[in-house]
Amino acid sequence: MRVKLTIWRQKNPATQGKFVSYPVEVANGEMSMLELLDVLNETLIEKGEDPIAFDHDCREGICGMCGFMINGVAHGPMPATTICQLTMRHFKDGEELVLEPWRSAAFSFVKDLVVDRRAFDRIIQAGGYISISTGSAQDGNNIPVGKEIADRAMDAAACIGCGACVAACPNGSAALFTGAKIAHLGILPQGKPEEDHRAVRMVAQMNVEGFGSCTNIGECTGVCPKEIPLEVIAKMNHDYLLGAWKERKEVINAIAPVTDWTFEGK
Amino acid sequence: MTGEVTMPIQLDARIPTGPIEQAWDNARFEMKLVNPANKRRHNLIVVGSGLAGGSAAATLGELGYNVKCFCFQDSPRRAHSIAAQGGINAAKNYQNDGDSIYRLFYDTVKGGDFRAREGNVYRLAQNSVHIIDQCVAQGVPFAREYGGTLDNRSFGGAQVSRTFYARGQTGQQLLLGAYQALERQVDSGQVTMIPRTEMLDLIVVDGQARGIVTRNLITGKLGVHLADAVILATGGYGNVYYLSTNAKGSNATAIWRAHKRGALFANPCFTQIHPTCIPVSGDYQSKLTLMSESLRNDGRIWVPKQKGDKRKPDQIPEDERDYYLERKYPAFGNLVPRDVASRNSKAVCDEGRGVGETGLGVYLDFSDAISRLGVETIRERYGNLFDMYQRITDEDPYKVPMRIYPAMHYTMGGLWVDYQLQSTIPGLFVLGEANFSDHGANRLGASALMQGLSDGYFIIPYTIGNYLASAKPKPVKLSDPAAQAALAATEQGVAKLLSIKGKRTVDSFHRELGKIMWDDCGMSRNAKGLEEAIGKIRALREEYWQNVNVPGSGDDLNQSLEKAGRVADFFELGELMCIDALERNESCGGHFREEYQTPDGEAQRDDEHFSYVAAWGWTGPGNPPELNKEPLEFAYVHPSQRSYK
Repeated sequence: MRVKLTIWRQKNPATQGKFVSYPVEVANGEMSMLELLDVLNETLIEKGEDPIAFDHDCREGICGMCGFMINGVAHGPMPATTICQLTMRHFKDGEELVLEPWRSAAFSFVKDLVVDRRAFDRIIQAGGYISISTGSAQDGNNIPVGKEIADRAMDAAACIGCGACVAACPNGSAALFTGAKIAHLGILPQGKPEEDHRAVRMVAQMNVEGFGSCTNIGECTGVCPKEIPLEVIAKMNHDYLLGAWKERKEVINAIAPVTDWTFEGK
Repeated sequence: MTGEVTMPIQLDARIPTGPIEQAWDNARFEMKLVNPANKRRHNLIVVGSGLAGGSAAATLGELGYNVKCFCFQDSPRRAHSIAAQGGINAAKNYQNDGDSIYRLFYDTVKGGDFRAREGNVYRLAQNSVHIIDQCVAQGVPFAREYGGTLDNRSFGGAQVSRTFYARGQTGQQLLLGAYQALERQVDSGQVTMIPRTEMLDLIVVDGQARGIVTRNLITGKLGVHLADAVILATGGYGNVYYLSTNAKGSNATAIWRAHKRGALFANPCFTQIHPTCIPVSGDYQSKLTLMSESLRNDGRIWVPKQKGDKRKPDQIPEDERDYYLERKYPAFGNLVPRDVASRNSKAVCDEGRGVGETGLGVYLDFSDAISRLGVETIRERYGNLFDMYQRITDEDPYKVPMRIYPAMHYTMGGLWVDYQLQSTIPGLFVLGEANFSDHGANRLGASALMQGLSDGYFIIPYTIGNYLASAKPKPVKLSDPAAQAALAATEQGVAKLLSIKGKRTVDSFHRELGKIMWDDCGMSRNAKGLEEAIGKIRALREEYWQNVNVPGSGDDLNQSLEKAGRVADFFELGELMCIDALERNESCGGHFREEYQTPDGEAQRDDEHFSYVAAWGWTGPGNPPELNKEPLEFAYVHPSQRSYK
């Protein structure tokens, strides 16, 4: 079987990008999307052309490093599947697949299918944790957590930070990502003391980064490889409203977004 | 091998004397401290952001040190610890089933086939209980009983239930705990996170590790970062084999280049082949996918009794199936340690009884567990693993048995470290899978997460202070000749790779190297194969430096160039692995030399001649490496033939 890959090629943010088509032979149905790109890259290198840059690492759907649009859908057509686990048996002979990077104002472009998702790290820096220094913990079983609560927390904690939710959202909102962390920590007893403050700061950071507002479209959860439920956004809004009212702060200090790669300062 | 270039190093492991139960307490008391005001005057470098590196950077930041933490991915949350599925061991004895710190210690020393240091392993077992407490406090959503207490499951090599888990994503959740602690320190300004940057050399000034040379993977710019000590937590070298369960980016470059600057490399041939992975399906295959060992709690492993039986599994009647692990090892059954399970899978496949199209596979069957516990319970326990299996193979493991085969998974060897996790270069500390210290010749399941977090949260914070307070590193400048020489050498190395412009891609060389390693230095080894492998690796390496084609330039994101440097190091490391395997004329744990086996095919150790850590020194390109030995002593767990029968 053969497919036509039409891929966004752009050397860097300063140059013009364009789509380039490549016919590729698919060895068998068990081959993954990324393995197909590997094969294409081998032939490109042999022909003296530049291989396609794409992010990937674990190739088992858990690290969150990989991800691009296939025919306009983040991570392609299969539900609950990252592109590294998207096998070629789901495509037809002769089909054209259009591969594009995540497009969002908050994810600046790097090369070909690679974008910069450091904004997600800064959202976590803005309170996406429980403040407990090493050594000061009590015995694990002293904090009973009902099974249902633990399961709910785990559902939200399963987020892999890939950015598909943002890419899929017409508003470029990061509400599903941010809500997932707020929900994971906020429903556990360990996370309660910082519940209000956490939501207020993380939402402020999300806004500073240039992510859009959530209008409850639900495309995010539809493409999410871990099927993070939309309810986490309700939890985020709840905690944010309550937190903003309790804190009554005029100004929330956000972390300045960084888009260059010099690693100077601080 | 004799040391023509340098004298063998006297290895001092600095293991505390006295009763093992008090050794770590005593050692901590004797360690020097750095007072809080002075901590902020010390700069530390942590390379790697997985469980070991992430937890170390976070904890050192909490203590008040200035930390720079590096990772090659776009975010520290991507480190490959994230892929660990099954769980983390801890001697909590919450199940009241006979567990204790001593038992975890005993199981780990025995599981490692008596090739680990007792002192290190005992400390690991002690720290295990603190790790669980710390992670719970961070909000790691461990599985719970209905009453709200922590749940446990069983893992290979143990007869108690001591494994804590978060569905099949325990590594992910523990890593996110460490990552969040790390980001909290980034927010406070104590840690500077430097992603998309890889370490290409170690800077040694006056015999002390004082910094690293890095390459910014986006801009291609080389840089020098200086510090008072350097901590490597860069994971294992399983990708020498090309096909492994490791992430594609996992590499040995940081530890290998530190080795070339004088850090000894210990037990390189101790590698772990994981018994339960999805079998290889084609030549294009880029990695192998693990199916958690936890599946062996409820899955039963079998092959047909008859050779070449091509019937579908449900058409093979019960009495024509061979549940070979249950038959050979009635006491541990399907939960024998990984090395034993892997070797037995290979043996039945070699007999021609393997299943699937390639004949390289065995069944892992859940039908009994499903009829005993119901589909829902099985879905709850392993749902995400079953889904992953189905996505890849297009078969439904709720209905058809899984097909599994062993794959390269973990490396017990690594840079030699003493009890304080310091390498043979003062000021260079090595944590997690990157060091060799705790698992001997075979690691038990759910112990990698334990070791990474023990090293990062609970050991390095003490030992680094001791080093800084005793060694008192002097100020060092960017203009230091050693720093500038390392930078220049790195520049030349990158330019050399880009200048060859030969005919073959980096991946094609890597695949070929991996095949040599898997065939001759994999699940079983023999002297003839190893000698041949060394020759083949040398020839292939020679070709590499003449004929590799690294496209593009060094001044932007160039993923082929990143791989090219890593594969160059894998050639040298692969050769050392074969030399080590050839030198160790015994079988132990994951190192199975065909010449040394018991009449019933089990590993035959030779304690009289090989009860030591083999720590190899680099003596220059083309020169034979130099062997240093650290003898192992067992005062508590007396070496015996491992029996899981």
